[in-house]
Amino acid sequence: MTGIAPPIAMLAELTHRCPLSCPYCSNPVEMALQESELDTDTWVRVFQEAAALGVLQLHLSGGEPASRRDLVTLVQAARDAGLYTNLITSAIGLTERRLAELDAAGLDHVQLSLQGTDADMADRVGGYRGGFKRKMQTVEWINRIGFPLTLNFVLHRHNAHQLERALEMALEMGARRIEVATVQFHGWALKNRDALMPTRAQARAVTRQVEAARKAHKGTLVIDYVPADYHDDYPKRCMGGWGSTGLNVAPDGQVLPCHAAQSIPHLRFDRVQDKPLAEIWHNSSAFNAYRGTDWMAEPCRSCERKTVDFGGCRCQAMAIVGDASATDPVCIKSPHHKALQAQADDHAAQGDAPFVHRTAPGAAREPAE
Amino acid sequence: MLAQEVPALPRGVRLHFDKVREKWVLLAPERAVTLDQIGHAILSEVDGARSFGQITRALSEKYDAPVDQIAEDSSGFLDALRNRRFLDVTA
Ligand code: SF4
Ligand code: SF4
Repeated sequence: MTGIAPPIAMLAELTHRCPLSCPYCSNPVEMALQESELDTDTWVRVFQEAAALGVLQLHLSGGEPASRRDLVTLVQAARDAGLYTNLITSAIGLTERRLAELDAAGLDHVQLSLQGTDADMADRVGGYRGGFKRKMQTVEWINRIGFPLTLNFVLHRHNAHQLERALEMALEMGARRIEVATVQFHGWALKNRDALMPTRAQARAVTRQVEAARKAHKGTLVIDYVPADYHDDYPKRCMGGWGSTGLNVAPDGQVLPCHAAQSIPHLRFDRVQDKPLAEIWHNSSAFNAYRGTDWMAEPCRSCERKTVDFGGCRCQAMAIVGDASATDPVCIKSPHHKALQAQADDHAAQGDAPFVHRTAPGAAREPAE
Repeated sequence: MLAQEVPALPRGVRLHFDKVREKWVLLAPERAVTLDQIGHAILSEVDGARSFGQITRALSEKYDAPVDQIAEDSSGFLDALRNRRFLDVTA
């Protein structure tokens, strides 16, 4: 393919290790082992290659990126490469001293996950007792240093009622931005649809609340909102299109078009250990599989929205329809739309379905149900 | 943006020359905003001390263009940055 524009953002999943075990973790169910993680030098090279390729924004993620001992070195290397460096963290593993070192290394921004607005909820969802308290302590340190802060509130049926408080907390913490992200059903969340699916009424109420809060806090708090997908009539856009704006490097060096791409079984991924990043971006079969619009079938092919949402999510089409090139079943034009809506209501009606927490990399492959 | 208001780039928002695309961009949390000539000219003058009025006057002399024109061309852009929290403004 020619004329492929360079990517803007790269998500570096430094590790799949994490002290928390959220039931909606976006990591694949089969996680990379610590032994297979890229070493420091390889990450440093990848950051340099990314910057040379045109990446501007680097998101350091995981798992929990603070589980990597070399995090400060990696941040320094990313800044030296000229990348805007964002740390996506649960706060566990960050000490006051480590934050000071990250500050000195040039870390640009911190995005902090919020599992709930009190210890009860947050620690139950995260599966980590004491996690909420440590998070609140870390916020104080973050503010003392002055890092710009975004809160990421992952919303589902159990904590949707805490949205109001989450917004207040963002204001109290001086966060400039909050992401109100309704759970997307990839990775572990797919196993937890009964436990996590919001009801249709909740989804509507949340949308109204977000709209009101946006008005009320204009210029103070930016609210980015990801609505409940299964209840919608049109799918979410797939980034700026598959293989058009971003790429994802997994802990073991596989380069993925998106964090959930490993759920599409026929895709083959190249590794940064074997090929330069630029070559992978341009030539990898996984990136070219759904680039542009030529791969589309009907109804997307002749739809006026095809360059708006790019047919929705490939991973969702795979998970629900069993065909990654199908129209996202969320779409009202998909023959599966009605069934999905009914399925969503079913999931949402499962009252007290227990969480299936993610397990540690290398632990049981299938979580105990 | 009013003439007496003082814009400043907050921590975590910075100008960056994108060598690959050969363009100036404003890097901010989760965003990279491509800057046109006037956007870059204005933001390069933003120092957290001078007011919007002083900045537009300076640019008007530098580029030999009417102050009103510069203010009009850049005010909406700056307000949008302010709403995204990419620009702090004090009265
Ligand atoms: S038919 Fe395809 S392109 Fe059209 S709205 Fe639905 S998913 Fe998007
Ligand atoms: S394929 Fe789906 S999960 Fe992946 S980026 Fe696109 S919309 Fe998101």
